[in-house]
Amino acid sequence: MTDIPMDTMVRVAAHPRRDIGLKARYAAERRFRIYGMLAISVGLAFLAIMLIAIVSKGYTAFWQTTISVPITFDEKVIDPSNKRAIDPTVLIKANYPKLAEKALVAKLGINPDDKPTILKLKGLLSEGVRVQLRDIVAADPSVIGTTRNVNILAAANLDSAFKGQIDLGVEEARRKVSDQQIAWMNKLKADGAMAERFNTGLFSYGASSRPETSGMGVAIIGSFYMMVIVLVLALPIGVAASIYLEEFAKKNRFTDLIEVNINNLAAVPSIVFGLLGLAVFINFLGMPRSAAFVGGLVLTLMTLPTIIIATRAALAAVPPSIRSAALGLGASKMQMVFQHILPLAAPGILTGTIIGLARALGETAPLLLIGMVAFVADYPKSPFDPATALPVQIYMWANEAERAFVERMSGAIIILLVFLMAMNVTAIVLRRRFERRW
Amino acid sequence: MSSLLVLAIVVAIGLVAFVIGRQRAAAQDNGTVKPHSRAHYHGWWACLLAVLPAVLLLTAWNIGSSVYLDRHIHAALPERTANSAVASEALDVSLVKSLAKGLRQLDANTLAALPATFADLQPLLAAKGVALATDTQDYMIPIAVEANAVQSRLGMIGAALTLLLSVAGAFYALGQIRPRARARNNVERLMLWGLLGASTIAILTTVGIVLSMLFQTIQFFESVSPMSFFFGTVWDPRFAAAGSGGSQGQFGLIPLLAGTLYIALVALLVAVPVGLMSAVYMAEYATPRIRSVVKPALELLAGIPTIVYGIFAVVTLGPFLRDLSAALTGGSPFIQGQSIFTAGLVMGMMLIPVVSSLSDDIITAVPRAMRDGSLGLGATRSETIKRVILPAALPGIVGAILLTASRAIGETMIVVLAAGVAANLTANPFEAMTTITVKIVNQLTGDLEFNSPQTLVAFALGITLFALTLVMNIVALYIVRKYREQYE
Repeated sequence: MTDIPMDTMVRVAAHPRRDIGLKARYAAERRFRIYGMLAISVGLAFLAIMLIAIVSKGYTAFWQTTISVPITFDEKVIDPSNKRAIDPTVLIKANYPKLAEKALVAKLGINPDDKPTILKLKGLLSEGVRVQLRDIVAADPSVIGTTRNVNILAAANLDSAFKGQIDLGVEEARRKVSDQQIAWMNKLKADGAMAERFNTGLFSYGASSRPETSGMGVAIIGSFYMMVIVLVLALPIGVAASIYLEEFAKKNRFTDLIEVNINNLAAVPSIVFGLLGLAVFINFLGMPRSAAFVGGLVLTLMTLPTIIIATRAALAAVPPSIRSAALGLGASKMQMVFQHILPLAAPGILTGTIIGLARALGETAPLLLIGMVAFVADYPKSPFDPATALPVQIYMWANEAERAFVERMSGAIIILLVFLMAMNVTAIVLRRRFERRW
Repeated sequence: MSSLLVLAIVVAIGLVAFVIGRQRAAAQDNGTVKPHSRAHYHGWWACLLAVLPAVLLLTAWNIGSSVYLDRHIHAALPERTANSAVASEALDVSLVKSLAKGLRQLDANTLAALPATFADLQPLLAAKGVALATDTQDYMIPIAVEANAVQSRLGMIGAALTLLLSVAGAFYALGQIRPRARARNNVERLMLWGLLGASTIAILTTVGIVLSMLFQTIQFFESVSPMSFFFGTVWDPRFAAAGSGGSQGQFGLIPLLAGTLYIALVALLVAVPVGLMSAVYMAEYATPRIRSVVKPALELLAGIPTIVYGIFAVVTLGPFLRDLSAALTGGSPFIQGQSIFTAGLVMGMMLIPVVSSLSDDIITAVPRAMRDGSLGLGATRSETIKRVILPAALPGIVGAILLTASRAIGETMIVVLAAGVAANLTANPFEAMTTITVKIVNQLTGDLEFNSPQTLVAFALGITLFALTLVMNIVALYIVRKYREQYE
């Protein structure tokens, strides 16, 4: 837009007889500009507040309090009657928490006969210790009888206290950790035995009723399966449909109907796709509930319009001269499309696909309806096994009451956002790098 | 033989046919006759003829044989009497089927000496990790064994036919290879059909959506009258307890619809002014540098999943507003933790980028000449925007707002988390209200019995939502399209 040169304005304003309210008009102009800037700042401020709120709640989830103690894998505790050679279940049923307890008793210098105090010690340890120690023994039964330094998980309440999230000023009866436990905690901390370590469990554990042993492992795998299914189905189908509509379809009622349909499907609420999945895939075709396969199909249908619209735009942007040149050299129409137009449109198609995938990755509502809100503790071995998805896992944690779950949930959101950000940045970089203006 | 294995063999045959076909065509090209198609088209044609008919046959055979099997089981089942052990015929059949599926896990020796009663059979199956319903009856065991035999016989015949057809197709295509044969045209015609097929998926999806919801809705209206659904003012579905005939819930749409529209209205009141003003600023005032920073940031806002907004509303904003209102009145909060205001505000924030990117396109589409004309006549920029550009863009902006409104109505996760679940009818924006989408999620999560009105009502709600957004979308798309043509 051309700016009005300054001197012209001055001359007009200086003219005594023609007062056209310039002062008021310029004030209005300034106000209008400020409204615009305000609007943009509101949007950006909201983005900033939301990100800060989530990150400040969630970054602590990436660290988990563990206690490093030398644990003696005492044969008398694990296998008192020495039957493990004949009955391997002994190793599974053994009282592993006792080992950790003994180690702590020794570490803290508590009298081993002081049963009531030892009972309180249990509050320090996570229930996950049982599994943790069992896995060590199962992996290598020769550790029995030896001593080894192990980082055992602390209980969720102690984890919160250690991270300073529990207000210790509150009277003892009204908080979840007792004074005794805090004293132990400080002692272990001074020893350097208790420390925060990077929380690998957040990425590997499945569903659990205890915050410290619950993670997003199952959700990550479920989401991965679904993304693969969406990519494998939606990309070829979407590209094929766009090629037909853009290059081959004659303008008639039928293609018009398809067009209106696609545009409308892009704006249909996502939850409706969930209803479709429930009624058709699960109820009518009898596919398994909670399976990543069904989720993938539903998300495919949801993503298709996005991919088709992006692909058509990319195809339409290839100039007609390329088409004419290919046809002129004797290529058939199909050869022209697949050997000339499609490679040139590929960056645009790729960008659209990545954006579509990112949307599918963050989608929750349709997955709730096909039963992906499930308590799944084991990794799904195939897309037909019960699984959850990243956003669904976040939703499930949002419904938990304990504060440690809120921390995990915010951590999970950060991870989801990092994935999405990576995808979107890839799309933007691709567009910048390969986009051609003809 | 499993269908998957047959499929793999068919694909292998196709690959072999491709290689042979290509070589054959290349060998025939001795330079005397100009070949019509290049060698690999002959290969593809042979491959397609080997694979496509065979796969179609296999699919049809599988569907047909499963129907046949159902009938077979039906016929073999004892006549139903009033005191049959199993509640319904359909359940009977499905029990036999799951029993047959379980029996397939057993090895040949166990199958040869199969126990006659289910009580003896169960531990054998349990050892293989197969859990069966306890109301499986003894008489089902021979039927299941018989059904397995029939199925494996059918499977063998189907596999043999499929492989035969595949080989025959390959040989036929390979026999046809001549230098002047029009293999390329054949392949391209098939490709075109493939492309057409892909583009009809959009229509199939819509048809699927409408039909699936329509059937369930009709079923729902058999037990609840449409009048009491569409005009009922009380939403109280009760629980879907099996066999509880008398406790009929009330399914009034009005409170849900009111909540949906109210929250959407609040969201639009936030999103439209802010989004529109940002779009105007970005299109008319912003320097390229600001644009290159702000535009991606707003796109980022659009790329955040709605669940994140919902959680922000319920974890951070809701409690904050509640405490703020409590501090203002010095006691009881007048804004509840979950409220129309909170949900609408957050949803509005989510919609800002939607409004702004749609209106940005529309504003920049207004022809330059109109802008220059107005500025040339001495109008300031804001006057040009207010009196020339916005009026010219108005139809498009209305379309954009309609599209945004349809997004707001169909939005689920924000309202599920932030709006509350109580179906109130209230005018106070600081109280909780619920929406159609919330109730769809509520009725369909957890254990559900598919035939109860409590479950089916979700589909009636879904079709209402679909119809509502469909009308808005079509009107909006029509306006936007028409407007775009006007200036092109």
